[in-house]
Amino acid sequence: MTELSTTPAHDGFSAFLARAVASRSFVIGFVITALVALVALVSFFWTPYDVTKLVVADRMLPPSATHLFGTDQFGRDVLSMIMVGSRNSIAVALVAVGIGMGIGVPLGCLAAARGGWLDEVVMRFNDLVFAFPALLSAVMITAVFGPGAVNAIIAIGIFNIPVFARVARAGALAIWPREFILAARAAGKGKARITVEHILPNIATMLLVQGTIQFALGILAEAGLSYVGLGAQPPMPSWGRMLFDAQTRMMVMPSLALFPGLAIIVTVLGLNLLGDGVSDALDPKLRQRR
Amino acid sequence: MTAYLAQRLSIAIVTLLVASLVVFAVLEVLPGDPARLMLGINATPDAVEALREQMGLNHPLPVRYFNWIGGLTTLDFGRSYTYSVPVIDLITERISVSLPLALISLLLSVAIAIPVGAYAAERRGRAGDALSMSAAQVGVAIPNFWFALLLIYVFAVWLRLVPAGGFPGWSAGIWPALKALLLPAIALALPQAAILSRVTRSALIEVLGEDYIRTARAKGLPFGTVLWRHALRNALIPVLTIVGLQFSFLLAGTIIIENVFYLPGLGRLVFQAITQRDLIVVEGVVMLLVATVVVVNLLVDLSYALVDPRLRAR
Repeated sequence: MTELSTTPAHDGFSAFLARAVASRSFVIGFVITALVALVALVSFFWTPYDVTKLVVADRMLPPSATHLFGTDQFGRDVLSMIMVGSRNSIAVALVAVGIGMGIGVPLGCLAAARGGWLDEVVMRFNDLVFAFPALLSAVMITAVFGPGAVNAIIAIGIFNIPVFARVARAGALAIWPREFILAARAAGKGKARITVEHILPNIATMLLVQGTIQFALGILAEAGLSYVGLGAQPPMPSWGRMLFDAQTRMMVMPSLALFPGLAIIVTVLGLNLLGDGVSDALDPKLRQRR
Repeated sequence: MTAYLAQRLSIAIVTLLVASLVVFAVLEVLPGDPARLMLGINATPDAVEALREQMGLNHPLPVRYFNWIGGLTTLDFGRSYTYSVPVIDLITERISVSLPLALISLLLSVAIAIPVGAYAAERRGRAGDALSMSAAQVGVAIPNFWFALLLIYVFAVWLRLVPAGGFPGWSAGIWPALKALLLPAIALALPQAAILSRVTRSALIEVLGEDYIRTARAKGLPFGTVLWRHALRNALIPVLTIVGLQFSFLLAGTIIIENVFYLPGLGRLVFQAITQRDLIVVEGVVMLLVATVVVVNLLVDLSYALVDPRLRAR
């Protein structure tokens, strides 16, 4: 019976890969994202300076050969802090995407497979979550459970759930009427099995694209939360917190605000380009329109 | 059309009701007794008990919920624990900062995005398109509070054209007040304008492929006229959807931006109320913002019919 279950997604993967490599957005986005990930990995065993060590004598040094990005008000090396801060940004955004996918995708697939009242309930739940401005609710959640990286993850993750539910449902609804699904049903497969074996592989790339977008939004949201003091707590360096600390010292040393900001922009830009590249490769027709 | 209207309206009302339950439930979890907080640690248990009674905190949860929600329908949001004034007074005072701020940035973002998007669509595939869309790509990636810091540095610290923060109040005159809102509005608008210009461009390109556009071109109309007069109107649906969604982003964005510029708006109010455990204020402001989002989305849905006569028949 397995011969009935050829899924088009697998047939086209090498072609998809070839189109992806040909896309400029994909290549630039991939390189930037890989570099950021590499920096985060390297920071686990090497940074130019120890970020936990305060060197009062080296306070507020401008960028130089010894401290490429300068030092902050406690004499900590800004480059090292940005390197360590990238871990926090990536971890928060990644887990938040995981929560969104882990709960949202099954919900969306269930809604598409079952239809009827269940579909209606899932969609209304989505409307409800969308009615709360995400940042406002994140502030509320971190206020209830206290500030910190874990609660920031939960706050951002909850708002990823309806996004993935919506994408998964729309994708699944488009696949269900296809002939190979009909064949699978004729072969006696149940809805759950069809969803896992045929629907999911076909909407995987779509979910991946949404994943990179939510990842980028998560990094922006985490930076915003830690800027207002609700994200990662000191002494754990975070990009948003660094910007907050830089604000009052901007007149003396604008570079303190410059580098963490650039780190956020480059990371988000890389992820967005990667997402664009993947969706270009997914749908060549779309690419011509871009 | 009437059936559609009734359906959309009932969904909006149900959403609001469930939202109110969620807000009430979430904030009831918060530790800390508001009465004790108001009176300080030296208050006698009797005084705390008396105040709890007066504030209605001793009623069972469902009763308190219905009292609260009943009050909301008559714009009675309760009394702030920390400011000791009706919450509605606080809200009306603060909304005079946040609403103009959100509206100015919405206007700015539309005023930037539609021409840029149309320009890019017009020059599709050429250098102007690539350049403006690359700029939009970067714009999407910029955190608004970082852009705000940049604006403060350039226009307030360096050029000294506008104040770096604070709000003189509308009583100080329209111009000084607007001047104080200008940088925050630009900071909020830029990332939104970047998103909107991309949406405008792709919606326009989609529409430009339609038959009636070819007809308009075939009868000899110049491309620019076709684009601005025929295509843009039909491309407005996705653009309007995003504008509607953006309004909620802008309102929420005020929480951070008002903190950057020390503006006494709703965002700062809710932020301070949370840190002071002034629950009733938080509940009121959150419900107001949620209601705004629901109403704006409803209006966006209904405005589709105005923009696209084909939908009016439904």
